[in-house]
Amino acid sequence: MTTAPPDGVPVSYRRVAAAQARRDLALVWARRGQALQPLLFAVMVASLFPLALGAEPGKLAPLAAGITWVCVLLSGLLGLEALYRSDAVDGSLEQMLLSPAPLALLVAVRIAVHWVTSAAPVVLAAPLLAEMLQLEARLLGVLMASLLLGTPLLSLIGAVVAALTVGAGRSGILLPLLAMPLYVPVLVFGAGSVAAAAQGLEHVGALMLLAGALAIGLVLGPLAAAAALRISHS
Amino acid sequence: MDATPAPLLVAQGLTYHRNQDRIFGPLDLRVDAGEAVLVRGGNGAGKTTLLRVLAGLLEATAGHATLLGRGVDADHLARHCAYLGHRPGHAPEIGCLAQLRHAAALHGVDADSDRLERALAAVGLAGYEDTAPRRMSAGQNKRLALARIALHPGRLWLMDEPYANLDLDGIALVDRMVGAHTGAGGGALLTTHGAYAAPPGRVRVLALDGSLA
Repeated sequence: MTTAPPDGVPVSYRRVAAAQARRDLALVWARRGQALQPLLFAVMVASLFPLALGAEPGKLAPLAAGITWVCVLLSGLLGLEALYRSDAVDGSLEQMLLSPAPLALLVAVRIAVHWVTSAAPVVLAAPLLAEMLQLEARLLGVLMASLLLGTPLLSLIGAVVAALTVGAGRSGILLPLLAMPLYVPVLVFGAGSVAAAAQGLEHVGALMLLAGALAIGLVLGPLAAAAALRISHS
Repeated sequence: MDATPAPLLVAQGLTYHRNQDRIFGPLDLRVDAGEAVLVRGGNGAGKTTLLRVLAGLLEATAGHATLLGRGVDADHLARHCAYLGHRPGHAPEIGCLAQLRHAAALHGVDADSDRLERALAAVGLAGYEDTAPRRMSAGQNKRLALARIALHPGRLWLMDEPYANLDLDGIALVDRMVGAHTGAGGGALLTTHGAYAAPPGRVRVLALDGSLA
């Protein structure tokens, strides 16, 4: 049997990706209050530590990198449930599933937009948080490098977990419970690299590991999330 | 005009079980080019599930379907059939024209603003180009979804309750759209529980009874 002649135009991946990015950005803009939540959360939590623990010089410094990392990680959990929720409710997800464009491509765009609009602002605010928490200035570079490598990884892992739970209605506590064990290694290596640098130890190794994991995640994350969406949305 | 209609969609022994419960089937059905098939059945008869199986959103537990002579797989389906679900299929916050532009790109259709505006006007939404669907009524949302279907390049239309929420004018619009589509050699499978569906052209009725086995 011969294959049926494809009618319709072949789908240009670049055009689909651009259209999806435009639409996702427009949605984020329409829901900008929600998009700002992670940033607000991170700033609020970080600013409570000096108030709770006292702000004597040097008291917070040893904890600064760890606290910043925890703030960033938890703030990332906030927006995670919304990643596919509204699309599943209004039926847009069905249309994405039925598009001839690869679902992984659409999901990759979604994750990228999510990172740029929710995680990147927190990373940009990290120097401010670190200053509030008295981080030594020489460590700021390592902290920023670890965040820049670590937060995309968190977004990718989170996208897979959120895709798995999208069929479960309002998953509430399920999503953080599933994501947390997968987040821990990122936190350990991310905060660990700064801790190592603080003690004058070798810290590039941990950053290399994060970079390696990110490289794997960039390839496998969208594929895994797309497969998870197909399973959980049936 | 081709005298012998070619089968667009053929399904044999199609059955779907959720957990242990049979939702519908085993069901044999066929949609030819140039005809509309109305799937009739009461609430819970499995009409929506049947459409979702045919669209490839659910996997049949038994039986198989071929679309344009080829076994159904996700990619093949996506290129040849347009799906109108009972959910709108568009985000409530983005303007109508932008929604259509995105949907067209998603289906690989290269549509300029002119064509999109005409598609909106054809469903009676002229003047709503920048209006967000959440500011529109349920019927107007359905009309926007219909505009999306009209832009889809697929030969087969799968429409789940296309008449729901529509006024008399809207019902006539759906009939007109389906008639034009089948007239141009397309096929359509519509679910409905009402009796007001009367698209022009060749129409067959498939009764899906919801009685338990």
